[in-house]
Amino acid sequence: MSEVKNIRRDRAELLRFITAGSVDDGKSTLIGRLLHDSKSIFEDQLSSIARTSNKRGMQAVDLSLLTDGLQAEREQGITIDVAYRYFATPKRKFIIADTPGHEQYTRNMVTGASTANLAIILIDARKGVLTQSRRHAYLASLVGIPHLVVAINKMDLVGYSREVYERIRNDFAAFAQGLRLSNIEYVPMSALNGDMVVERGDRLTWYEGRTLMDLLENIDIEHDVNTDDFRFPVQWVSRPQTEELHDFRGYMGRIESGSIRVGDEVTILPSGLSSRIKEILLYKDSFEDVFAPQSVTLTIEDHLDISRGDMLVKTDQQPQIKKEFAAMLCWLSEQPLDSQRKYIVKHTTRMIKGMVNQIDYRVDVNTLNHETADSLKMNDIARVVMKVQQPIVFDDYARNRATGNFIIIDETSNNTVAAGMIC
Amino acid sequence: MSHRTFTHLDALESEAIHIMREVAAECTNPALLFSGGKDSIVLLRLAEKAFRPGRFPFPLLHIDTEHNFPEVIEFRNHRAKELGERLIVRSMEDSIKQGRVVLRSENQSRNPFQSITLLDAIAEFRFDACIGGARRDEEKARAKERIFSFRDEFGQWDPKNQRPELWSLYNTRTHPGENIRVFPISNWTELDVWEYIEREQLEVPSIYFAHWREVIPRDSGLLPVSHLVQPKEGEHVEKIMVRFRTVGDMSCTCPVASQAKNVSEIIAETAMTRITERGATRMDDQTSDASMELRKKEGYF
Repeated sequence: MSEVKNIRRDRAELLRFITAGSVDDGKSTLIGRLLHDSKSIFEDQLSSIARTSNKRGMQAVDLSLLTDGLQAEREQGITIDVAYRYFATPKRKFIIADTPGHEQYTRNMVTGASTANLAIILIDARKGVLTQSRRHAYLASLVGIPHLVVAINKMDLVGYSREVYERIRNDFAAFAQGLRLSNIEYVPMSALNGDMVVERGDRLTWYEGRTLMDLLENIDIEHDVNTDDFRFPVQWVSRPQTEELHDFRGYMGRIESGSIRVGDEVTILPSGLSSRIKEILLYKDSFEDVFAPQSVTLTIEDHLDISRGDMLVKTDQQPQIKKEFAAMLCWLSEQPLDSQRKYIVKHTTRMIKGMVNQIDYRVDVNTLNHETADSLKMNDIARVVMKVQQPIVFDDYARNRATGNFIIIDETSNNTVAAGMIC
Repeated sequence: MSHRTFTHLDALESEAIHIMREVAAECTNPALLFSGGKDSIVLLRLAEKAFRPGRFPFPLLHIDTEHNFPEVIEFRNHRAKELGERLIVRSMEDSIKQGRVVLRSENQSRNPFQSITLLDAIAEFRFDACIGGARRDEEKARAKERIFSFRDEFGQWDPKNQRPELWSLYNTRTHPGENIRVFPISNWTELDVWEYIEREQLEVPSIYFAHWREVIPRDSGLLPVSHLVQPKEGEHVEKIMVRFRTVGDMSCTCPVASQAKNVSEIIAETAMTRITERGATRMDDQTSDASMELRKKEGYF
């Protein structure tokens, strides 16, 4: 191995966010505005939507057409759940998970939110905090999105009124308190006219806060991942068994949280055996220390039986190991939950059999009331007790997103039918 | 010892390595689609990072239209040999001879028919997963596609019936005869690809760099003159300095005017460009608003 490198953790350059809101809130216009004003729209895309705008008899270019759907969606009047869009500024690269739709909103938003650092919740200034705004905020808190930006849009239609903005901000803040959401920013804007999106404009002079783009570029996301607990689910064991590498055993995977250094003591779970880190490798590099989310190959001092599905942790930072655990479940499939059936549970790099043993309650996402339930159907959210065939190694989702999540797969159809967060 | 900071490229690289290792671990018989183009060149480096010091746990597969630029095919063979990995080539010429592909004319674009040869190769080797270099920023049908994109027994993509993809828990399960296309660089942009090529000092075929070439201005593009493309009546041939942004079928892949002689100059041009990659270079994507979507449904990458 030739080079030894030390990679420093610095400012995160990649931010993933989700936009929550319906077409009526101006969501497509906002995304179009972000792309347009950050100069991320290409000329051929712009001329294509200009032609369509013109065909539809519109005077100006309709930026919302940029996020217009596929032929299948247009023909059948359906929306496909998540589209991903990319743009960059000199400070950061951005990935937007754009999740349209009213009907299946819960499923779509949970999917898009699962990888997001930040959610933008759009509110129409004329309408204020509606049931759907509360639902979006609840889902953001459920999936544990670390940062929220409440975009109070269409300020042009309420005369850019400071009173309207402050009333909506106070309403939302009061509601959010109950959800234990922190890190909330509020921005008044007109996506249509471009006020406070990328440019400040000259109509919201009373607002002294940051523009939406300023927030996206500068919000501190470095501390979003758990930096305390080293968790390394083994994905693949490398045993080349060539002459020169006869005894080489490399444990390949991604550091899901925390960090590790050569010489650190690690425990292999679920077996409980311990060893020390000998080398940290990746291709031609070898490292002294590494941290989440780096993908690496680890070797250890001792010959132990380690395979895919095992997890390496620091000996003094132990997770939980259980066969029965409570979780919040979001049901994603049109086929309802059958509580008598065994499903496949995928958690970190393990796939095991499991079942929903008990439904504690279902959450009404509009009122947040708890109700009893015997089954779960698409878009339902519930607190359940899961039971799996062999013990899994996990942390609570609130403490560690990567080791606290799982999906449920239907063994017959092979479809992903539910997403779970251990609590 | 050298130091550097963790960049967005490191984040994208780590995600892609994680995806490749999931494929290797959970799929029975995967293959990596390698065409000699820049995106699949990046895939090979990612596979080296994911699996060295071991061998790749999959062969490389190329569906050759035999309308490829000779520099690209030469590069493909050279790179596979250098890596010491197995390269399988399945040719569309064979599909044509067997009557599986029927062309209207010898010189028409072969891009749409690649699907047939690809599906035949998948059946022949019983591949249950094909790793490809498609990116979501390329086209709006791609923007809505999963990283693990499921295909039915007929190789078809059903955009409205995709499996939800949460966190980085990928559902790799298939029934016999079904297939998954896996796109580890889904979240990369054209600029990311070039920046990674620069950082990793990856070799690319020479036609990516500016060179003098005879072209025919046709519609909104510049078609390269070759044995497949000759000027029609009323058209003229110009010799100008161009480079290719994508390398595909010679009959429909257009170069762009460029002075960029090395990777850093390409990066500078890519950062400034105002036209999308496919908009500038692929005549076959401009025939209708939904051409890529339709081809994907029929089994295309």
